[in-house]
Amino acid sequence: MALLEVKNAGITFGGLKAVSGFNMEIREGELVGLIGPNGAGKTTSFNLLTGVYTPSEGDIIFNGKRLNGLAPYQVTRSGISRTFQNIRLFGELTVLDNVKVAYHSLAKNSILSSILRLPRHFSEEKIMEEKSLEFLEIFGLDQYKDELAKNLPYGQQRRLEIARALAAGPKLLLLDEPAAGMNPQETHDLMELIAFIRKQFGLTILLIEHDMQLVMGICERIYVLDHGQLIAEGTPEAIRSNPKVIEAYLGEEVASDHA
Amino acid sequence: MKKAKQFLLFLVLSLVVYGVIQYLIQTGMLNPFYSNMIISITINVILAVSLHLVIGITGQFSIGHAGFLAVGAYVSAIVTMQWEMPFFVALIVGGVVATLAGLVVGIPTLRLRGDYLAIATLGFAEIIRITFLNIDYVGGASGMQVSHLTTWTSAFVCLFITVLVISNFTNSRHGRACIAIRENEIAADAMGINTTFYKVAAFALGSFFAGIAGGLYSHNFYIIQPTNFGFLKSFDILIFVVLGGLGSLSGAVISAVLLTVISTFLGEFPETRMIIYSVVLIVVMLYRPQGLMGTREITDLFKRSTAKGGN
Amino acid sequence: MEWLQQLINGISLGSIYALIALGYTMVYGIIKLINFAHGDVFMVGAFVGFYAIKGWGLGFFPALILSMAFCAVFGVLIERIAYKRLRNATRIAALITAIGMSLFIEYGTIYVRGAQPEAYPAGVLPSSSINLFGAHINSQALLILLVSVVLMIILQFIVQRTKMGKAMRAVSHDMEAARLMGINVDQTISFTFAIGSALAGAAGVIFGIYYTKIDPLMGVIPGLKAFVAAVLGGIGSIPGAMVGGIILGVVESIVSAMGFSLWRDAAAFLILILILIFKPSGIFGKNTREKV
Repeated sequence: MALLEVKNAGITFGGLKAVSGFNMEIREGELVGLIGPNGAGKTTSFNLLTGVYTPSEGDIIFNGKRLNGLAPYQVTRSGISRTFQNIRLFGELTVLDNVKVAYHSLAKNSILSSILRLPRHFSEEKIMEEKSLEFLEIFGLDQYKDELAKNLPYGQQRRLEIARALAAGPKLLLLDEPAAGMNPQETHDLMELIAFIRKQFGLTILLIEHDMQLVMGICERIYVLDHGQLIAEGTPEAIRSNPKVIEAYLGEEVASDHA
Repeated sequence: MKKAKQFLLFLVLSLVVYGVIQYLIQTGMLNPFYSNMIISITINVILAVSLHLVIGITGQFSIGHAGFLAVGAYVSAIVTMQWEMPFFVALIVGGVVATLAGLVVGIPTLRLRGDYLAIATLGFAEIIRITFLNIDYVGGASGMQVSHLTTWTSAFVCLFITVLVISNFTNSRHGRACIAIRENEIAADAMGINTTFYKVAAFALGSFFAGIAGGLYSHNFYIIQPTNFGFLKSFDILIFVVLGGLGSLSGAVISAVLLTVISTFLGEFPETRMIIYSVVLIVVMLYRPQGLMGTREITDLFKRSTAKGGN
Repeated sequence: MEWLQQLINGISLGSIYALIALGYTMVYGIIKLINFAHGDVFMVGAFVGFYAIKGWGLGFFPALILSMAFCAVFGVLIERIAYKRLRNATRIAALITAIGMSLFIEYGTIYVRGAQPEAYPAGVLPSSSINLFGAHINSQALLILLVSVVLMIILQFIVQRTKMGKAMRAVSHDMEAARLMGINVDQTISFTFAIGSALAGAAGVIFGIYYTKIDPLMGVIPGLKAFVAAVLGGIGSIPGAMVGGIILGVVESIVSAMGFSLWRDAAAFLILILILIFKPSGIFGKNTREKV
C-alpha cells in the first residue's frame, strides 16, 4: 500500500487553477523528486499536501488517513513534515530551541505543570533537550547550538531547517528546494546527508528541486509538473528522454531568452 | 542546578525589595505620595508583564489591554462592595472573569493578523468600556465607589506571582511554542504547533493578570469610572512593552517603572506628559524600533560578562 | 416620517465619516499603514475652519478651502517627518509611530491652545427646515451632503483620470514596479497624504458647522469610526470608503433612533469586529493571502 496517495487533487485561486488533476503515489521508503519550471505549481502542491491550502478538489490520503481539511499542525502530527523554499526559521530563537520547537508536539506535559515547575516539566524538557542535541550532532550543528538561528550562515540555516523538520518525527519528509543557493560542495554534502538520514530514520522523502542534475542523481522516481498539471512520471532515465518534459523546460528557456 | 540558583537569587532579591519597602512604609519614612507611587508602579508592572506575554512573546499585537483591566477592576469592586467578600477573593474572581473576557475576545480575533488584530482588540476594549458605561449596577458614567484595600503587600504578592508564572511559562515548551508563532507563524504551524490554541492561551493568561491588576487598581483609588479605561490607558500599557523591547520581560518591567515615575512627577502637567510620551514613542520607533532591550533580558547582560570573565 | 429624517441625518453623518475614511483607505492602500493621526488632521481642519470663520470672518467656502489647503500641507509634513523613514520598518513599528503622532498632535494642540472646546458660530450656512414628504430636513444637512458628494466626485476624477491618480494606483499596486517604471514614488505618496488630509480637513469644517462643538480630542472617535468605515467598505478601495462611511452613519442613526444612543459607539466597533472576522476584505476589497 502506498504511504501517500494523492488522487486528482487541485486548487483554484479566484478562478485560476493553480494545480489540477494532481495524482501521486509514494511508497514507503522511496525518495521521489518533484520538478518543473518556475511557477509550475510545485510549492503549491506542497502546500496542498501539508494543509496550508485545502484542496478544492480531489483527495490526499496518507497512511490510510484522509488529510483534506486538516490544519498544517495536524498534518505534521500525522507524520508529514516539511522545509520551506524561503527559509522559515525562528530567527530570534537559538539553534537548539529551533529544534526543540519541533519536539513540542511529542511532549506531553501541560501548561500548568510548566508554570508550577512540576517534575513532569523537568523530565519532558530534559528529553527534548537530549533528543534535539542528537539531531544537531547528526547535522553538524551542535557547535552552534546557542547561536541565534538568524545569525547562522545560509548553508547552515538550510541544514537546520531539515534538522528541525526531522525532529518533528515524520514518516514522510517534504523538502522544498533544499539545495537552493548552495555551492556545489555544500550541495554534494547535503545530498549525502539526505541519503544518510533516509536510511537512519527509515524515511520516505519527497523533494522539490530546480537543479535537474541533482534530482536525476538522487531520486528513484520523478514527477514533472508544468502549468499546474502533471505532465510526466517515471524513472530519471525515462524523464530525461520524455519529449513533453524537454518541451516544458526548453519552452521556459526560450521564454527567458526573450524576457 | 544553575536554574535553581537563579530562582533562589530571584526569591532573595524579591524578599529584600519587599522587606525594605515595607519597612519604609511602616516607619512612615515614605510619605503617602511615594507609597502610592510604588503601588502604581507595581500595578503597571503587572500590566506591562501581562501584555508582554501577548505582544512580546506571542507576537499578537493587542492594543486593547485596558479592556481586561476594566473587567478586573469592576468585577473585583462588585465582589468587595456589593457582595462584601474578602479582597483576595475579589482579586481572583476579577482575574477569572477577565480571563473569560479574554477568551471571548481572543477566540474570534486572534485569527486576524497584524494591524487588523490591533484594531479589533481596540474595538473590543471600547465595547467593554461602553458596556460598563451602560450598566447602572456599577454606576454608569458617574462610576463606582470602591474602598481602599490595596496595600503594598497585596500588590507585591500579585506582582511576584505574575512575574513567576509568566517567566515559567515563557521558559518552557509552551513559551517556546509562543515565540515560534511570533517568529514565523507558518513554520510554527508546520512544526506541529496548534497556533490558535497557543495564541488564545497566551491571550487568556495575559488577560488574567490584567484582571488581577484591575482588582488592585480599583481598590487603590476611591472611585472607578469607565473613562479610566479608554484607549489612552491601553496605549499607556502598550508603551511600556514597546519601549522596553518587544520580547523582553525585564525591558517591560524597567520601562513600566521608569514611565510610571515620570508620569507621577508630571501628574500636574498631563499635556506635557503626553507630549513627552508621544515624542519618545516616535523617536524610539524611528531610531530604535526594537526598544530599550530588544529581545534580551537583563540577566543576559550578566551572563555575557561572566562568560567573558571566565575566558 | 421620523425615519426619513433619521435616514438623512445618518447619511449626513456618514458622509463625514466617508470623507475621513477616504484618507485612511488611500494611505493604507499605498503604504499599508493605519494612519492613526488621520483623525487628528480632521480635528486640526475643524480648528483652522473655526479660526478662519470666527477670527477672519471668512465665509463657508473660503474657510473650507483654506482648511483643506492647510491640512494638505500638514498631512505631507506628518508623512515627511515621521512616516517616510518607516517604509522598510515592521508594520508594528509603523503603527506605533502613527499612534505616537496622533497623541502628539492631540496634546500638542491642547498645549498650544488649551483643552477647552469651541463653538462654531451659527449662521455660517443658511439653516432652514425643508419639508420633504412630511419629514423636516435641515437644509444644512443637504448642503453638507452635496459638498461631500462633490468632493468625492473630484477625488474620483483625480484618481481615475489624471496622471497623478494613475501614479497613485500604480504605487499602491506594486511600489517597486512603479519605481522601476519611473514613477516618483515619494512624491506620489506625499500627494496621497495631501489629498487624504485635505478631505479630512474638509470633513472637519463640515463637522464643525453641523455639530457646532469642537475640541482637541474630537478627532479620536470619528477617526476610529472612519477607519471602521474604510474596513467595512474594503480597505484600499475608494468607493468602499464612501459606501462604508454612509452605511456606518445610517446604522448609528438607527441605533440612536431606537433609543440606544449610548451604545452608538459600541455598534460601530461591533460592525468592525464582525467584518474583520467574517469578511476581512470588506465589501469592495480584494482577498489577499500570505505567500508560503
